[in-house]
Amino acid sequence: MRSRRTAGTVVLAGVVALALSACGVTSAKTTEAADSGPIENLQVMIPNAPGSGYDVTGRAAVKVMDDLGLASGTEVTNLAGAGGTVGLARTLTETGNANFLLMMGLGVVGAAYTNEGDAKVADATPIAGLIEEAGAIFVAADSPYQTIDDLITAWKADPANFPVGGGSSPGGPDHLLPMQLADAVGIDPTAVNYVAYDGGGELLPAILGGKLAFGASGYGEFLEQVKSGDLRVLAVTSEERVPVIEAPTLTEEGIDLVFTNWRGLLAAPGLTDAEIARLVDAVTAMHDSAEWKQVLEDNSWTDAFITGDDFSTFLTEQDTRVADVLKTLGLV
Amino acid sequence: MENLTLLMAGFSNALTLQNLLFALIGVLLGTAVGVLPGIGPAMTVALLLPLTYALDVTGSLIMFAGIYYGGMYGGSTTSILLNTPGESSSVVTALEGNKMAKAGRGAQALATAAIGSFVAGTLATGALVFVAPFIVSIAIGLGAPSYFAMMVFAFVAVSAVLGSSRIRGLASLFIGLTIGLVGLDGTTGQARLTFGQPLLSGGIDVVVIAVALFAVGEALWIAAHLRHGTPPTIPVGVPWMGKDDWKRSWKPWLRGTVIGFPFGAIPAGGAEIPTFLSYVTEKKLSKHPEQFGHGAIEGVAGPEAANNASAAGTLVPLLTLGLPTTATAAVMIAAFNQFGIPPGPMLFQNEPVLVWTLIASLFIGNTMLLALNLPLAPLWAKLLRIPRPYLYAGILFFATLGAYAAGLQAFNIGILLLLGALGYMARRFGFPVLPIIVGAILGPEMERQLRRALQISAGDPAALLSEPLAVVVYTVIVLFLAGPPIVKALLRRFGRGGPTDGPRAGGGTDDTDGYRADESTVEFDAFGTQTSDGSARVIRVVRPTQGRRGK
Repeated sequence: MRSRRTAGTVVLAGVVALALSACGVTSAKTTEAADSGPIENLQVMIPNAPGSGYDVTGRAAVKVMDDLGLASGTEVTNLAGAGGTVGLARTLTETGNANFLLMMGLGVVGAAYTNEGDAKVADATPIAGLIEEAGAIFVAADSPYQTIDDLITAWKADPANFPVGGGSSPGGPDHLLPMQLADAVGIDPTAVNYVAYDGGGELLPAILGGKLAFGASGYGEFLEQVKSGDLRVLAVTSEERVPVIEAPTLTEEGIDLVFTNWRGLLAAPGLTDAEIARLVDAVTAMHDSAEWKQVLEDNSWTDAFITGDDFSTFLTEQDTRVADVLKTLGLV
Repeated sequence: MENLTLLMAGFSNALTLQNLLFALIGVLLGTAVGVLPGIGPAMTVALLLPLTYALDVTGSLIMFAGIYYGGMYGGSTTSILLNTPGESSSVVTALEGNKMAKAGRGAQALATAAIGSFVAGTLATGALVFVAPFIVSIAIGLGAPSYFAMMVFAFVAVSAVLGSSRIRGLASLFIGLTIGLVGLDGTTGQARLTFGQPLLSGGIDVVVIAVALFAVGEALWIAAHLRHGTPPTIPVGVPWMGKDDWKRSWKPWLRGTVIGFPFGAIPAGGAEIPTFLSYVTEKKLSKHPEQFGHGAIEGVAGPEAANNASAAGTLVPLLTLGLPTTATAAVMIAAFNQFGIPPGPMLFQNEPVLVWTLIASLFIGNTMLLALNLPLAPLWAKLLRIPRPYLYAGILFFATLGAYAAGLQAFNIGILLLLGALGYMARRFGFPVLPIIVGAILGPEMERQLRRALQISAGDPAALLSEPLAVVVYTVIVLFLAGPPIVKALLRRFGRGGPTDGPRAGGGTDDTDGYRADESTVEFDAFGTQTSDGSARVIRVVRPTQGRRGK
């Protein structure tokens, strides 16, 4: 009897240990005074599920930092919820923790507004912007629209009967793109018939099956389907053309809109300048490595590295832009 | 036939010592994370992803596929033994599986789950080889109207599990629908029933709901009755499946496979709805419908086969379109990308060796899982010999750990306890628990599809009938509802036998059987395990029994 109970205790202890090491967030706040050497016990929070864009980017960045010896004992935690707002709120509670980073991006900026939380992106410490991805306008191969002009003309004629799909909920990048596009071509954003899908996996069959007039998403999302000829890209939303896709930019077509989704890193609030500099230096060294260039290439991500004041300014700009769109739609 | 040749080539690649080792590591890890609630296969693959950079592509993908299948096996173990589903797809397994375990038939429940998973996994992987391109062309044609029609069908099928008291069953269903409403409205972004709490804006995790209602509710119920004396320790029966168990299991395995595979293969199908439909089907077709709610082996065999078949089905869109339909599939896409192999429509052409080795290793992994799980079944079942107070303390610990791990929020534990209290009240006042979960799973999905369909058609309801599959499904529903009464009326009119000779309709005719069954199982039910459909009856029989015990 006793032996069985002891065994049970061992099993339970093992379960706890496994669970904690698998996904727990320890509350260790060992503040390193030294400026040199790896950042020990770095905690990186992903505010989204495994397999999501933030997750892939965050884990790739951590891998490179670990390999280069910029960080050690790194722990990655997925804390999904409320479009990233839960992770953001958690970051704000880590005040003074200099070993903590949050992976985030445009979606988190939007979600902070739509989820009525108190957490605001501006309250965290900006560290660096890492990558960006232009959006694209996708139609099925047999769609009647051959050019973005065709599409806009039909859209203007009857916005209500022109279903537009995206892989994010309201406030996310795929929602902001068609809204800003509508605004830029003179369609009232509140008249846009936006159909929200749960990620690219659900969106793709709806575009392929011709259920939607067009789909809006990151250009890399359906690269393979474009190559195989199942999907056609009418326009990309970057400033310059994208090398892998033969499609004009919106500005080339006379539409005054540049839209990019981006991802970057924030740190906890209340850090000293030295602590901020240490994190920025580590991320900069990560960015400058050949390993990171390989990661960018493997994932077809566009480098968009900015740090410090430039990144703060960029964040404020994005915040205002998102807030404006959501205000027009009555979502804030 | 060309596929067969390629598959054989795949086997010869997969059957290297190294790849077999990866498959073994994968299925072991998968089973382990399946057993732990709150840590799913998606999380495990994501955690292992950085470790596999150094390995070769084939080896790591084989390992990931092993984790995926292993998770499906492991999830059923805690469902059956502890009434604590590890994954949302094994919620239904808990209904009959845990009843079997409590009656000393845990080993049989685990065995039928393991063999059913093997049969379904193997058949569905075989289907993947031969019908993948065909299924995909159909899946793309399905839009919101078809999905909505399937949800309506699932709702009609719920009528079979509402129990003898329709009003209590419907009340439960609506409680579930209300729980499903919590969170941000996906179409407009408006918050519903979140009470200004950002942690509620993503909705409540189905695993947390199921664990709360099943495990916590039951633990509270047992605790509330402890003053009447310590309940007897669960008996331990024979360790292996008997002849009768085999006879009653093989058809549900096959039917579960047929139901599960297509749902996995279509983009918005998932694994929860087919397990639930399989359960309802088995209940309808069973020769022993009165045993449902008391540990019917068909109710374990069918849903377990369905969830594994669905898991294999999700590989169809993954490998042919690069479409992830589950969280694990999304992580596998990320894995493909890391190795510079973007999964998409060209994958079969561009990487035939990789794809066919992967498929071959799925067969191998499945066989490994059976060899691993079958001998373990009687060992696991012995766990239940722990005296109940300790057993339930362990279950509560496990449930709490799972709820915390599901979102890493202490808040979730609060939700768990709150819904656990609801589960206790449901038992106390005779409300069936299953409709609550069904409502919470189906409700949001059904709403999303309906609104999507109407959005795309700019509000024209005729669009709901715009897809062939939708029309077929509605026709089936009408036949299902109107058929039996019409047949009965015709039979009566032509004087060939009374109304009782007609086919069973809508679950309503189960009542008389149910009452009789209860008389014989009073002792068992009084110790208060919730039946899936007959709780109203439980209340009636519990009181006198308690009185006796009280002395």
